Amino acid sequence: MSGLLENTSTRAIGADIGRVDGPAKVTGTATYAFEHQLNAPAYLHPIQATVVRGRVREFDTRDAEAVPGVLTVLTHDNAARLADIGDAELAVLQSDEVAHRGQVIGAVLAETPEAARQAVRLVRVHYEERSHDVRFSAARTDLYTPGEAEDDEQGDLAGAMASAPVTVDHTYTTPMEHNNPMEPHSTIAVWEDAGLTLYESTQGVHSVRSTMAELFGLDPERVRVIAPHVGGGFGSKGPLHPPVVLAALAARLLPGRPVKLALTRQQMFDLVGYRSPTIQRVRLAAEPDGRLTGIGIDVTAQTARFKEFLEQAGKPTEVMYAAPNRRITHRLAALDVAPPTWMRAPGECPGMFGPEVAMDELAVACGVDPVELRVRNEPGTEPASGRPFSSRNLVACLREGARRFGWQDRDPEPRRRMEDGWLVGTGVAASTYPTGQMPGSVAAVRFEDGHYHVRIGAADIGTGAWTVLTQIAADALGVPVTAVRLRIGDSSLPSASLAGGSTGTVSWGSTIVAAAQAFRERHGTAPADGAEARAGLPDNPNRERYAMHAFGAQFAEVRVHADTGEVRVPRLLGVFAAGRIVNPRTARSQFIGGMTMGLSMALHEDSVVDPRFGCVVNHDLAEYHIAANADVVDLQAHWIDEADPYVNPLGAKGIGEIGIVGTAAAIVNAAYHATGVRVRELPMTLEHFLA
Amino acid sequence: MNPFDYRRAEDAAGAVATVAADPRAMFLGGGTNLVDHLKLGIVDPDLLVDVTRLLPDGVEPLPDGGVRIGAGMRNSDLAADPLIRRRYPVLSQALLSGASGQLRNAATTGGNLLQRTRCVYFQDVTMACNKRRPGSGCSAFGGYTRYHAILGASEHCIATHPSDMAVALSALDATVVVQGTDGERRVAMTELHRLPGDAPERDTVLRHGDLITAVELPDLPFAARSRYRKVRDRASYAFALVSVAAAVDLSDGVIREARIALGGVAHKPWRATRAEAELRGARPTEETLRAAAEAELAEARPVEGNEFKPTLARNTLVATLRDLVEEERTR
Ligand SMILES: Cc1cc2nc3c(=O)[nH]c(=O)nc-3n(C[C@H](O)[C@H](O)[C@H](O)COP(=O)(O)OP(=O)(O)OC[C@H]3O[C@@H](n4cnc5c(N)ncnc54)[C@H](O)[C@@H]3O)c2cc1C
Repeated sequence: MSGLLENTSTRAIGADIGRVDGPAKVTGTATYAFEHQLNAPAYLHPIQATVVRGRVREFDTRDAEAVPGVLTVLTHDNAARLADIGDAELAVLQSDEVAHRGQVIGAVLAETPEAARQAVRLVRVHYEERSHDVRFSAARTDLYTPGEAEDDEQGDLAGAMASAPVTVDHTYTTPMEHNNPMEPHSTIAVWEDAGLTLYESTQGVHSVRSTMAELFGLDPERVRVIAPHVGGGFGSKGPLHPPVVLAALAARLLPGRPVKLALTRQQMFDLVGYRSPTIQRVRLAAEPDGRLTGIGIDVTAQTARFKEFLEQAGKPTEVMYAAPNRRITHRLAALDVAPPTWMRAPGECPGMFGPEVAMDELAVACGVDPVELRVRNEPGTEPASGRPFSSRNLVACLREGARRFGWQDRDPEPRRRMEDGWLVGTGVAASTYPTGQMPGSVAAVRFEDGHYHVRIGAADIGTGAWTVLTQIAADALGVPVTAVRLRIGDSSLPSASLAGGSTGTVSWGSTIVAAAQAFRERHGTAPADGAEARAGLPDNPNRERYAMHAFGAQFAEVRVHADTGEVRVPRLLGVFAAGRIVNPRTARSQFIGGMTMGLSMALHEDSVVDPRFGCVVNHDLAEYHIAANADVVDLQAHWIDEADPYVNPLGAKGIGEIGIVGTAAAIVNAAYHATGVRVRELPMTLEHFLA
Repeated sequence: MNPFDYRRAEDAAGAVATVAADPRAMFLGGGTNLVDHLKLGIVDPDLLVDVTRLLPDGVEPLPDGGVRIGAGMRNSDLAADPLIRRRYPVLSQALLSGASGQLRNAATTGGNLLQRTRCVYFQDVTMACNKRRPGSGCSAFGGYTRYHAILGASEHCIATHPSDMAVALSALDATVVVQGTDGERRVAMTELHRLPGDAPERDTVLRHGDLITAVELPDLPFAARSRYRKVRDRASYAFALVSVAAAVDLSDGVIREARIALGGVAHKPWRATRAEAELRGARPTEETLRAAAEAELAEARPVEGNEFKPTLARNTLVATLRDLVEEERTR
C-alpha cells in the first residue's frame, strides 16, 4: 500500500518544513475563533449554578437588567427548546434542574463583555437545594461496571498470584486533571435566515455542524462552522460542551447579530470536561527472572450521574506484555459532577502510570534491570486479541533510548547518588498508543491557476495539520509543496473527521492520497484548468487483521532535594516508534509537547475538588500548576525508522498523544531510584520525601 | 466588574485626601493583584487612584548608612538595583523568586506589600470567607490547605501572606514610610502585617487612605551575605509553600547575630525571633541550627492537609542556615 508514496520524486514527506501557518501566527494575523471581525457583536457571559444539586426556583434579574448595555437575560424560561436532548450535557437551559456545581443555568447578553459580566453578578438565584455527593473512592458501594467495558479475563489471575514466586500488588492513583488549552473555549454565533454560522474553537468543524444541526433541528446544510486556527484542545474541544450551545441559543434571540462568548479560565474548570481521576489496583505475578505469568488492572474512574464517560485506563494492559493470565476491569463512580472527557491520550495516559510503576517494582523485586524486564515480557502477538502487530518496536525504542540516555552503567541500588544536596536517580517506562483511523473524511483536489487546491474540513489545533497535509498532498500529486494550496477548518469544505485519538494526519492524509490518486486517474499529469476530483477515505482491510499501535520508551533523570523534598527533572528522553514521520519538526514538537505534559502530570497537575462545594477550588493557572519553562531542562525526543506497510498508505502512526504516555511513570521510577521512596500517587509532590 | 472611575494622582497629599474621603476608593499600583480582584468581585471600588506617577521609584542611600526604596519602584528594577544586590542580596533573590518577569515588571513595591492572600476560598466570592466577608465563616478549615498557615493563625482564618519580598524585608528590619491624612509616619515592617485574630479582614495596621511612599532598610553589613530560599512545587512561577530569608553574622566560629524570617507559614511574614535568640552566641553546628529551627516551630499548628509544613519549614531553615554558614566559613 505504501508503494504509492515510495515512488514520488519530490519527497515532501519526511522533510523538515517550517509551519506554513507560522508567519501568520507569530505576526498575530492568524484568526482564532473569538477574533473574527464581525459587525456589532453582542457579548455573552454565563450564569453558573452555585449549588451542586437541586433546581432553580427563581431568578431575580431586576438589578441585572438595569445595568446599562444589557440586552437580555437568558434562562430556561426564555431559551428555545432544543430538538434533541439525548446528550444530557448539551441540554442547555432545557429545564430548571441543577446537576453539578458551575452548570450553566443562564446567561446575560450585553453590548460589552464588561456589562455582561457585571450583570451576571447581579442576578440573584433562589434554589431548591438537594444533598450531593462528589466523593471519589474505590470503596464506594455503588460502583458499577460500564457497558462499554465488561470484565476481561483470560486464564486465572488470582491463581497465578497465589502460586507465583514473585508478586506485585499495589494501588496507584492519578488525580483529576484539566486540559487547559491556551486558547479558551470560544464561540461567535450568528443566527440568520439562512441558518446558523459558528466561529468555533474546535477540534472538528463537521462534528460541531452535525451535532448543532441535530440539537436545533436544522438541516446540516444550514449550519456553517469556521475554525481556521485553534489554540489547543487536548481533547476538550473534541466532543461539544455547553458553551457553544449557549451561544447559539443566545444568538437565536438576537437574529442577525453576532454573539460572542469566550470562557474565563475559571469557567474552563467547570464546563468543558476534564480527565477523570483513577484508582488502579495493579497485580503482577512473575517468575524469579521477571517473566510475567499474570497481569491485572482493576480501574476505578468517575463519571457524571447524568452522562457516562469512561476513562479506559485498563486498555494498554491488553497490549503491553505477554502473560497467560490476565484480568482487566473497570468500575465507575457516578457522582454529582460535570462529565469527564477526553484529555490527551485518554485511557493510555493514566493507564500506563500504575502498570509501568508496577513493572519497576517488579524489576526491583526480581533484581532485573527494568529495561531488560520489559524486553523479557515482549509478546509475539497482541496479548489480549492474539492478532499480529502490524509493527511493534518497543524493544528497539528501549535499546535505543538506553544507549542515548547512558543507561548501561546504571547502579540499580536506590539512594546512592547525591549532588549538591540533591539525591539523583534515573528511571524508565514504556509508552504506547493505538494507531487509529476515523471514518468519514472526504477530500477534493482541483487544479486552477497553476495550483492544486486541496480542500478538506480538517482542524489544526496547533499540531501542524496545515503543514503536514500540504506535504502529503504534494507527494500524492507528485508536485512541489509550493504548487499546493490547502484549505481546512471550514464545514463548507468536504467533510473531515475530528482531530482526536491521534488520527488526524493519518485519516485526512490517507483521504488526500485517495483524492490525489482519483485526480491523476481522471485528469492525468497535465490537467486542464478547473479539473477536479474527490474521494473518501478508503477502507483498510488490514485493520481487522493486525493490531496497530505506536510504542515508545521514556527515560528520566530526577533530583529530589534531601532537605526539602523538592522534585526536579533535569533530563527526559523519549524514543518513539510511530511509523513514518511526515515532518520531523512538527513531530518533535508533538513528542516534546506530550512529554512536557507528562512531566506536568507527574509533578504538578491536580484539580483539587472540595467535596463540600462540589467543584475544583484551585481553578486558575496560578493555583493549578502546569509545568513552566524552568521545569523543563534537557528534554529530547527521538524516533526510530519504522516502516509499517499495513497501517495506511502513508505508513504513518498518530503521534499527538504517545508523548504523554509513560512519562509520569518514568519520573516516579527515577524518584524511587534517587530516594528509595516509592510514590504511588500523582502528582508526586515534595511531602512524599520529607523526613 | 463594576464600572469605576480612574484618576491619576499627581501628589501624595491629594491622593491620600481623595482616597481617605471615599470609603470605596482604592490606590492602584501595578494592578497585578487589584485588577484580578476587580474581575473576581473580591473588591468593588468606585474609584481607583493611580499612584504610580507620583511615588518615588528609585533606591537612594541614606546618611545613616541605610537605603530608601521608593514605593513606586517596580519589582524588576528593585531586584536588579546594584546597591540592593550588593548589600541586601536576600531582597533581590526574594523578588526574583516571585511571580514572573512580566508581573515583576508591572508590580510596585507598595503594591507587593499589600497584595492579598492566595487562599482559594478568599478568591472565590461564592464561598464563605471571614477575610472577604467578616463573620461569614472560614472555608479553608476542612478544605484545600496546602498553602495555609501553621503559625499564628486563628479559628477565623488560616490564610498566609503570599509576598516573598515582604519576608526579606522583615528579616532586614525594614521600616515602611506611610503617608496618612495627618502626615507621614513610620511603621516597622514586622508590625505592618497583622495576625488574623478575630479580625482577619484586616491584613495590616494601615488605615483606609494610608499611602505607602517608601521602604527604608537599615545599615546591616552582614546582610551582604544573606539569602532567600523558596520552596515550591514548580521550579518557578509558584507561591512559596515555605520560604526562608536569612542573614548571619559569624565571627570566630560563633554566630553574633542572625536575622531570619519565614514565608508561607503565617498571616504575615514570620520573623523568627526565637530561632534568632537560640543562635545568638552559638556555634553553628548541625545540632544548634536544628535546635533553633525547632524552637521557632515549637508552636506550629498544622491543619488537615498541611501536616508536612512544620517539617518542611524546619528542614528549609536548617538548610538555609547551613548554606550561609558554609559560605561564611569558606570566604
Ligand atoms: C500569577 C501570579 C503569580 C504570582 N506569584 C508571586 C510570587 O510567587 N511571589 C510573590 O511575592 N508575589 C507573587 N505574585 C503577586 C505579585 O507580586 C503582586 O501581584 C504584586 O506585587 C502587586 O503589586 P502591584 O503594584 O501590581 O499592586 P496592585 O495590584 O496595584 O495593588 C495591590 C494592593 O495594594 C494597594 N496599593 C498599591 N500601591 C499602594 C501604595 N503605594 N500604598 C498603599 N496601597 C497601595 C492597592 O490598593 C491594592 O489593594 C503573583 C501574582 C500573580 C498574578
